[in-house]
Amino acid sequence: MLNYFNPNNILVIINRLRKFVFALFIIVLLIGLFEALVLSPEDYKQSDSVRIMYVHVPSAWISLGIFSLISILSFGILIFKNKNFSLITKSLAPSGFLFNVIALVTGSIWGRPTWGTWWAWDARITSMLLLAIFYLMFILSWRITDDTDKAIKASSVIAIIGLINVPIVKFSVDWWSTLHQPASVNLLKDTTIHSSMLVPLVIMTAAFALFSLLIFLMKYNTELIKIKNKGLDRL
Amino acid sequence: MYGKKVKLRAFFILLIFLSVSLAIFLVFKSLEENVVYFKSPTEVKNLPELETKKIRVGGMVKKNSIRTNELEINFIITDYKNELVVSFKGSVPNLFEEGKGVVAEGFLKDRSYLKAIKILAKHDENYMPPEVNEALKENK
Repeated sequence: MLNYFNPNNILVIINRLRKFVFALFIIVLLIGLFEALVLSPEDYKQSDSVRIMYVHVPSAWISLGIFSLISILSFGILIFKNKNFSLITKSLAPSGFLFNVIALVTGSIWGRPTWGTWWAWDARITSMLLLAIFYLMFILSWRITDDTDKAIKASSVIAIIGLINVPIVKFSVDWWSTLHQPASVNLLKDTTIHSSMLVPLVIMTAAFALFSLLIFLMKYNTELIKIKNKGLDRL
Repeated sequence: MYGKKVKLRAFFILLIFLSVSLAIFLVFKSLEENVVYFKSPTEVKNLPELETKKIRVGGMVKKNSIRTNELEINFIITDYKNELVVSFKGSVPNLFEEGKGVVAEGFLKDRSYLKAIKILAKHDENYMPPEVNEALKENK
């Protein structure tokens, strides 16, 4: 069983998995886009601009999810000195950052016609910008030093400190008065989004998650090859 | 199961994490005033002294309170306890509507009158197709 986690075997598995994930991503994305752009109705107030939500909300969820994952793994990196975890967090960051930026940009495009402004310094939007900065710091911490051990430590500390920001992003709309609306999809309370709009939202989230997985597998593959090229057969 | 060093590191890192969290929590607690994007009419009423700086007030647009003429638009922001009259010259966002959320940015003339320089519409968390909205209205 443990043999599956040997990097050499992982390389073989990743290569097989990548093609499968790519095909699945294309299929789910096409279904999601068709649902979001054609089948789903327009909103009673925002009409067609509601369709921006099908990109905005999944992007925000995925970027928050990936950052949480990076942070939790970072605890493992610092406590157990697990080098494999640091390869995983390093490979996860780019797609998380990408979706964070997409969430900010699409939110801005939606905000202009709906709120009447491109940008507002309210708690949700500002904390989301802070999350993007944490992502950027995390990614840059690998670039500014050639000393791998230093980069691992610095990036893990950044991710752990950034974890504090995650609940702030999530609950900012409940704790403070913000321009951003509160969550529509809730696990404990009623969901205030009509089912015909929830379906494309869920499918698009699955599509973006698959895309993140794909990018992660490609990055992780590269990291493993880099290590192989150094002539090391174990981490 | 784990070595002493691992346990010590785990304890040390958790301790640092918790103290930084606590510090940030306290910072936000004391900055509460600045973290909120807008004040409610009740908060404006209870201000110790009249704010001369730019301020944002948010709430619901009171039903049947929108008056427009060639020059400006007047309406009342309410939080169902207190009200505040707003006057504004310019165009309002599409979603600005009676009974819906609004944030007005501008200068207070007195505790119940705001001269706005910017109007933002606040969208709520409800998403539904027009037919459902019609059905809901009929059931009311």
